[in-house]
Amino acid sequence: MSHRTVVNIGPFHPLQEEAEFFQLYVDGETVVDVDVRLSYNHRGIEKLDESKTFDQVPFVVERVCGICSASHPLAYIQAVEEIARVRVPERALYLRTIVNELERLHSHLLWVGLAGHFLGYNTVFMWAWKYREPVMDALEVATGSRVNYANCKVGGVRRDMTAEQLRMIDRASDELRAPLEMLTNAVLDDPVLHARLKKVGVLTPEAVKLYGAVGPTARGSGVPIDVRRDDPYAAYDRVDWQVITAPHGDVFSKAVVRLLECFESVKIIRQCVRDIPRGEIDAKVEDIPPGEGVGHVEAPRGETFHYVRSDGSNRPVRHKVRAPSYNNIPTFKASCIGLEIPDVAITLASVDPCYSCTERMCRAVDAETRKPLYNFAELVRLSQQKTERLRKS
Amino acid sequence: MSGQAMWAILTFLAAGIGTMLLGLALRWVDRKVTALVQWRVGPPWYQPLADVLKLMGKETLMPSTARGTGFLLAPIIALSATAVTAAILWRTLLVPQEGFLGDLIVVIYLLMVPALMTVLGASASGNPHASIGAGREVKLLLSYEAPLLLAFLVPIARSGWTLDLGRIVTAQAASPVVFSVSGVLAVVVAVVCMQAKLGQVPFDLAEAECEIMSGVYVEYSGPSLACWLMARMMLLALLPLLLILMFWGGLHTGAWWGVPAFLGKYVLFVALVTLIRNTNPRLRIDQTMRLFWFVLVPAAAVAVVLSMTGISRGIPWL
Repeated sequence: MSHRTVVNIGPFHPLQEEAEFFQLYVDGETVVDVDVRLSYNHRGIEKLDESKTFDQVPFVVERVCGICSASHPLAYIQAVEEIARVRVPERALYLRTIVNELERLHSHLLWVGLAGHFLGYNTVFMWAWKYREPVMDALEVATGSRVNYANCKVGGVRRDMTAEQLRMIDRASDELRAPLEMLTNAVLDDPVLHARLKKVGVLTPEAVKLYGAVGPTARGSGVPIDVRRDDPYAAYDRVDWQVITAPHGDVFSKAVVRLLECFESVKIIRQCVRDIPRGEIDAKVEDIPPGEGVGHVEAPRGETFHYVRSDGSNRPVRHKVRAPSYNNIPTFKASCIGLEIPDVAITLASVDPCYSCTERMCRAVDAETRKPLYNFAELVRLSQQKTERLRKS
Repeated sequence: MSGQAMWAILTFLAAGIGTMLLGLALRWVDRKVTALVQWRVGPPWYQPLADVLKLMGKETLMPSTARGTGFLLAPIIALSATAVTAAILWRTLLVPQEGFLGDLIVVIYLLMVPALMTVLGASASGNPHASIGAGREVKLLLSYEAPLLLAFLVPIARSGWTLDLGRIVTAQAASPVVFSVSGVLAVVVAVVCMQAKLGQVPFDLAEAECEIMSGVYVEYSGPSLACWLMARMMLLALLPLLLILMFWGGLHTGAWWGVPAFLGKYVLFVALVTLIRNTNPRLRIDQTMRLFWFVLVPAAAVAVVLSMTGISRGIPWL
């Protein structure tokens, strides 16, 4: 019989900056099973939102994720706008698109750097992050902040951009092309990277559908889903761009998808800057009628989905967030088994997981009596029983 | 105490401490150059020394799962083995006439000790990450020793099948091994093996920070970790030296430019280590073994055959 060792990745591990916990059951170096344990950082944002007014919530939800801090508020705002049936001014739609695409650029470059770091390729790590800096600067110029942009509001955007700011964004994204090409070619042509990334952590299109994977994780398996095209919001239907897919489902394909998407983002930003109409930036929404609405936005990691219900007061009575990593993280069950430990590290990173965004609390309820199961006292009792069982055996 | 023993001890101390200082300096250069390549500022010149001193001043911690003797002896033995190697190599460089019979075998053996001790120390620590690292270190050792020894056969053959390092060096006085086809091939193989022996990217899989949290060294801290760091810095100073002795004639290339030329070669080999580690991602262990066994071993074997053909046919450039 083979000897199984448990290798822990987490709860604190240099692989990722957040608290996450993967128990790898390994036989030699081959992973035979994975246990994914999350919820080390539950922040109760959904509950918190119920005590905020509709205008305050965007500031809370942009803190769901420091990196997708344009996508989450936009998804929430689109849900509220659906309830209030707001017609958002054209200029505001373009401004939203610009900030969201800048966010995608910086997030994808961040991932490329981290992926390099996980492979021990620290030069790529530092170079990718160096080229990410102008994007952060552009975001700072446009919104006043490198993260948590506080850009959108219900009915439009909070700040207009001057012609000068738009020119600066245009220049920054144009100048990003050359380094992006260099990075892309470095990845596409490096034989050692090919050896490390190709045929590693393959996620089949069937597994994508089974686990409901989204974003670059799905597009890397050749499943062309993208909210920006499938249900256009902001100004995505007014500009020319393409959904990038790669066929093989391995880590290499996911890297290629992200790198090529950066070029599409540059294209979108430049078209928006060129075509942006003059006019109002805010529809001046007065109150939110009772009703419910959903909003979804293609965040850098995939579709983020927000549901909001209003009872006519000035606060949402229910706000539900589903971050893309919530769908993508369980795909490890499909992609990691049978891999070697070094491949698992990069496969875990390949979906660009964002753990605290996905955290949620579970409550088990008896289906018939509706009585809550597994409260604190119950869990303590179960734990003590297990200890006793272990002692006896 | 006889005068000869005194000399031996003095040589040992001077070479050990000198190599340590040189290793600290090289480590700084390596880190600084890496930083500049990556658009960072990099550490000040005394940083490696400060690291070691800080670790020296800390408590020796031992995990409760560890077997103390093996765990704590391993870094000390590794460090001592490296220091002895330093004494032999520097002495060969300065006075190649006075080697002892078969000192090359001793050097090869001593250079293997740090890797073996890494495996011993890691296994003794009782940490699962360290045990994976130890497994990788063993496989790495099995991978790079064969091509390295085959590559060393080229200068051994060209100096008339001697295992005396000094005679290998003096035999190259007229024409270094590297100025031949087989020599170039052997040096390329040896440089890759050197990278693996140093445990640098792409062969740093025994410690792989992002996968197994520095693997073999994960439980080491304080003075014992400082011993490992120093042993590795000394290796960084010694392996280029060994390569120069074996393939490029040491200091004895003839004329006055021997010393500056030696420095040039030395810097070249150290720079190669930094260059390779900054332009490659980490390989997996199976890929590493495939590279060494199926690419480098045949390459080194070809080099040996070429050099032997050259010797028997009297073609010096082969």
